[in-house]
Amino acid sequence: MNATATHAPAVQKEESMVIQKKMIAEHFETLAQAGQSRRKVVYTFVPGNLNELLLAFDLLPVHPEVNALQSGMRKLSGDYILEAEKQGHSEDVCTYVKCDIGMLKKGNIGPTGEPLPPPDLLLLSYTGCFTFMKWFELLRQEYGCPVVMLQIPYQADGRITAGQRDFVARQLREVVVPALEQLSGRTLDEDRLRELLASSARAEDDLVHVWESARHKPSPIDAYFGGVYYIGPIFTAFRGLPGCEDYYRSLRREVDFRIANGMGPTTPEGELRQQKYRIVVEGPPNWTSFREFWKIFHDEGVVMVASTYTKVGGLYEQGFRHDAAHPFESLAEYCLGCYTNRNLPSRVDLIAKYVEDYDADGILFNSIKSCNSFSAGQLMMLRELEKRTGRAGAFIESDLVDPRYFSAANIKNRLESYFQMLEARRAAA
Amino acid sequence: MDIAAIIDRCERLYRDLDLSHVHEWKQRTGGKAIGHMPVYVPREIIHAAGMLPVGIMGGGDDIEIIRGDAYFQSYICHIPRSTVELGLAGKFDVLDGMLFPAICDVIRNLSGMWQMMFPGKLVKYLDFPQTFNEVGRAFHRFEMAELALALETLSGIAATPERLNRAIALYNDNRRALAELYDLRAEHPQQVPTAELYLLLRAGNVLEVAEHTALVRAYMQQARRRQRALHDNVRVVVTGLFCEQPPLSMVRAMENSGCYIVDDDWVLGARYLLRDIPVGPRPLEAIADAYMTDTVATATRYVDGDDKGGYLVDQVRRRRAEGVIFAAASFCDPALLDRPMGQKALAEAGIPHTAFTYSENTGQVQVIKEQAGTFADSIKLWGAAA
Ligand code: SF4
Ligand code: SF4
Repeated sequence: MNATATHAPAVQKEESMVIQKKMIAEHFETLAQAGQSRRKVVYTFVPGNLNELLLAFDLLPVHPEVNALQSGMRKLSGDYILEAEKQGHSEDVCTYVKCDIGMLKKGNIGPTGEPLPPPDLLLLSYTGCFTFMKWFELLRQEYGCPVVMLQIPYQADGRITAGQRDFVARQLREVVVPALEQLSGRTLDEDRLRELLASSARAEDDLVHVWESARHKPSPIDAYFGGVYYIGPIFTAFRGLPGCEDYYRSLRREVDFRIANGMGPTTPEGELRQQKYRIVVEGPPNWTSFREFWKIFHDEGVVMVASTYTKVGGLYEQGFRHDAAHPFESLAEYCLGCYTNRNLPSRVDLIAKYVEDYDADGILFNSIKSCNSFSAGQLMMLRELEKRTGRAGAFIESDLVDPRYFSAANIKNRLESYFQMLEARRAAA
Repeated sequence: MDIAAIIDRCERLYRDLDLSHVHEWKQRTGGKAIGHMPVYVPREIIHAAGMLPVGIMGGGDDIEIIRGDAYFQSYICHIPRSTVELGLAGKFDVLDGMLFPAICDVIRNLSGMWQMMFPGKLVKYLDFPQTFNEVGRAFHRFEMAELALALETLSGIAATPERLNRAIALYNDNRRALAELYDLRAEHPQQVPTAELYLLLRAGNVLEVAEHTALVRAYMQQARRRQRALHDNVRVVVTGLFCEQPPLSMVRAMENSGCYIVDDDWVLGARYLLRDIPVGPRPLEAIADAYMTDTVATATRYVDGDDKGGYLVDQVRRRRAEGVIFAAASFCDPALLDRPMGQKALAEAGIPHTAFTYSENTGQVQVIKEQAGTFADSIKLWGAAA
């Protein structure tokens, strides 16, 4: 899972959005021409991705989760999932996998309408989710191409140990780099890698500024619905590139402009300046009814001031930066630090901190039906958070890309009672 | 003890959700006990640190879930609910620690829940390697050394090389006895009904290893002499049940449907290693290394290369099975995502198969019996699944 949206609903266009759109269109064009240009293609997952390393070898990354969420937003995922189920996949499993396999079975047409190139290598960055492993075992059967496994240990005790960091760094040096060298036919240029990492860190600085802007009242950003656009370049194929830096610089300028003018975030329904409630969100969004979902909150004047989903590809605001001085150690730390690679107590700690830092009124859990990585244990997290923060929590269930599991009426009802509860609490305070 | 008495003892242990046997053992020996979730944990190390390893496999169909449901969303397997239910009811208070092996995100997240629910207890997540190379080996050796240290600290008993070697020998012997039991069943399925074999295996979750080995051997000795008619049943391998266990009624129903189960993957942790662990000067490393090679293939273990499903096909051939039943716990991602790959390998090898899902408290055993029966009939009639 984990990634971002590129087909934005018809929102008011800002410079950053134009940059992002252009960047993505160019990327998919390059992918469509990979066959002719003979560039090698690597499929890999978003959390803990090694974008700088792939770029250092001039390889082209494809992220299956991004394709799945794109299919969700373009209302194609329902058919893809049915196709995969027709082929024998269970109704009970992660719908991202089924959406991807269904898309493959139906011609592997990417979001721009052109076919995606098949992978020359599957880079199994096994970070924060068990399903990734099964996903690439399945794709290996479909494509018959090699797989490189990069195992990222779990932060079971809420911290990264030296042994874990060494294990990942050693795999990078001894397994991943040789495999990429073989694939690309060139040796690793460490200076190039350092340049890319330094560029990532600059973009990361700007992104942190954007996340932290939500401390303002009114918040100039929506850190969840808007946030999924903000993570687009940095979580995927662009981290390390000048275009990515441009994007975050311009995003930062826009946010600063809104702060200076007391403005709220831009939403599909217009600017959200009258902000009644500030909420922290745990869990990924629903892509098939993304805009409908967002509107429910917009209509109530709810702004999302922080979210965990936008941290699946890195918790930069907690201090992590890619570090050109220590390329492998810093890549290792990046992989280890992703949100879903943290144990439940540290996920609770982080959300509690967000509630505090962003002065939130409540906490919303969007529990994804088919995603055990996020969802197993969320009810307990919620209870723990209510106890610790004294803020009201809401729990709804939906799915990332399976439209059968988005019940608009149910979700609306539940949220309406939640908003009433927030209202009552405020009145009582 | 005759067979009936042995099986009766095993069934009592199986139904004993209060873990009274563990209470007794602790009282008798003054030792500590460590719980562990499926699939595999190195019980040798727990034993060498002077403690009793206790396999926890949910609550079966004997408990009503009251509190467990409040901890989990709707779309999830059943075993974490019943495990939490039992934990909150104090049934695991007798355990001095709990180990959570890395088999899926549910067990992984459960380890964090356990940390929050039982802050005073040893809670350890075992991050088994999925990288079967030298880098993975070094990591795994390190992890096993850390586990040993944590266990020694808890028990106050050092897992010295001597103690580890002794534990290795005992567990090697246990695995040999279980392998013999499986061979005996495959050879003479009428002598070893699967429900009995299953209960014997489950007894190994709580009994001390030597006692369990002796019990298995005593059973086999008598089972070999048994006079029972061989029915015209279809020989099947059952796969996908490595974690959440089916209720005993379902095990019986499958067997009464015209199938002889000649291999399976329940309580797989006890049979995870295919060869003896060598005793020697570096036993801890030997335990770690055994995990890296010479093990069963299962959905929770990454298969490098393109031999996905090869192990299952071999298993069918080795056991002269005629078909495969994929039985998976509902919402079990590892088993269900693995299934299409196993099915593909079987289809290529021309081996018939069928599939269903269950949960540990499933009441629908009649439906499952009918499905298994239809599958058996179709093999008898046409030699392939209809
Ligand atoms: S289980 Fe969740 S994190 Fe894993 S691939 Fe599926 S949606 Fe992504
Ligand atoms: S039944 Fe499957 S999904 Fe559930 S805990 Fe066990 S392995 Fe994980």
